[in-house]
Amino acid sequence: MTVEATVTAPPRKHRLLSLRGRDRILSVVSPIGLLLVWEGAARVGFIDTRFFPAPSAILSLLIEMLKSGELLTHTAVSLRRLFWGSVIGGVPALVIGIVMGLNRTIRALLDPIIAATYPIPKSSILPLALLIFGLGESSKIFMVAIGVFFPVAINATTGVLEINKIYLDVGRNYKADRWSMFWTIALPGALPVIMTGFKLGIGIGLILIAIAEMIGAKSGLGYLIWSAWETFAVEQMYVGLFMIALIGFVLTVALNELERFIIPWKVN
Amino acid sequence: MPTAAVNLRPVASASASARPAIRIRDLVKSFGSLVAVDHVSLDIAPGEFFMIVGPSGCGKTTLLRILAGLETATSGAIEIDVPAGSNRPDNSMVFQGDSIFPWMTVWQNAAYGLRMRKVAHKTIKDVVGHYLDRTGLTRFADYYPHQLSGGMRQRVAIARAFANDPQILLMDEPFSALDAQNKLLLQEELLHIWEEHKKTVVFITHSVDEAVLLGDRVMVMTAQPGRIKQFVPVGLARPRNIMELQGAPEYGELVQRIWANLRDEVQRARELEDKIGVKK
Repeated sequence: MTVEATVTAPPRKHRLLSLRGRDRILSVVSPIGLLLVWEGAARVGFIDTRFFPAPSAILSLLIEMLKSGELLTHTAVSLRRLFWGSVIGGVPALVIGIVMGLNRTIRALLDPIIAATYPIPKSSILPLALLIFGLGESSKIFMVAIGVFFPVAINATTGVLEINKIYLDVGRNYKADRWSMFWTIALPGALPVIMTGFKLGIGIGLILIAIAEMIGAKSGLGYLIWSAWETFAVEQMYVGLFMIALIGFVLTVALNELERFIIPWKVN
Repeated sequence: MPTAAVNLRPVASASASARPAIRIRDLVKSFGSLVAVDHVSLDIAPGEFFMIVGPSGCGKTTLLRILAGLETATSGAIEIDVPAGSNRPDNSMVFQGDSIFPWMTVWQNAAYGLRMRKVAHKTIKDVVGHYLDRTGLTRFADYYPHQLSGGMRQRVAIARAFANDPQILLMDEPFSALDAQNKLLLQEELLHIWEEHKKTVVFITHSVDEAVLLGDRVMVMTAQPGRIKQFVPVGLARPRNIMELQGAPEYGELVQRIWANLRDEVQRARELEDKIGVKK
């Protein structure tokens, strides 16, 4: 019986692409591939174009609607509501959340109220919002605000409570007054968690604005999608869906950039 | 500014040097039925590098936190000597573990105490610049803590405390989280910076070596409740060279003497822990 020992190491496989480069290419290939399959299937008649119109048809309508300015108007209206809703919901949430984190009494007072109202599905408040604020802008803005409020408030409280106690000791030992404790320790210490709350809240805001605009609105992307259903203009519906997805994507990228800018100390 | 916990006595006359920098009388601190610090009385001289060693849970950190104004004593008195008309803070503390703010740069961290005291901008620039230089951090002034090693972060904490120019410096096992080489380097650097002004230092450690290498006098504390067991004067000449010192016969004798005392207490602390089953 002979035993053959391999002395030389097996030849190293030569990689044409780094793993990361390969992943990148795959991540571009897969959506384009899907679109091509979709387009082909629609043209051949393999799928029902009444429900799944060809991507090329959707694209040409999108260009047409861009040219007429109709699409931009609806998008601008939705973005404006999203913006004001985020401000009106986010700013008080930030203040209330941080104060709750810092002050035990206020936390004990407000925590049960927030805990009780938080689980209510925000979309179910829409009829109430319409009842109180009517069909105008304020009901839509209110819906976004309510969606942004909870994650920001809850995260601000958590963020402050989770600040390592040693930093508060340092503040006290170095004679920071209340104002400095807030500005130099509580706020920056909680900021990463607060930022996560904002991202979450704006995501919820986007969902809620789409729903709110479907009912009792005469403009906005939600309205565009809903009216497409009513008139069975399926391609228009897809244009609306595409724009909402695009807003979501752009906002995510923008908020990540903003985060890197205002929280330069965060470890990635 | 006087704090609630610490009674600051202004000194009017020229007899200041005769007066201890810190006077502690019958200090007791209990948490419920647990007595952490039990009737501790001692004087620390101006410019003295005072070391406290004791088993874990002996109340040495509590004692330091009371001096820092972060904890109030149950009974007894502490006086920190503050010259009349001085606007310097009575103490600054270097904490155990990471205590520099992750959201501030090295410079902002080092300047924190001075900024809180609303010291003039020009002065802050000079003082912080000086101590960043002394701690070898000038090049890293704009770095954030997460970009630094553990040893460098603790240098920032030391720069922050020195820059604040306190009457006394409090150090709570500042090097315990560092590896042996870094620890040695930082001990040397600390002695270097300290030689400049010879501030009064109260330094807690669980390392007998460190106590002898750095201190003028070592106080050994008993296991819980924390009482004074023994004072050991270190009489080694300054300025000290840590490497040379470690080979000197006096050094070995001192370490042995202190360890002989501390050993029983560490043993007792372990038995206590086993009995209570609580890890402190």
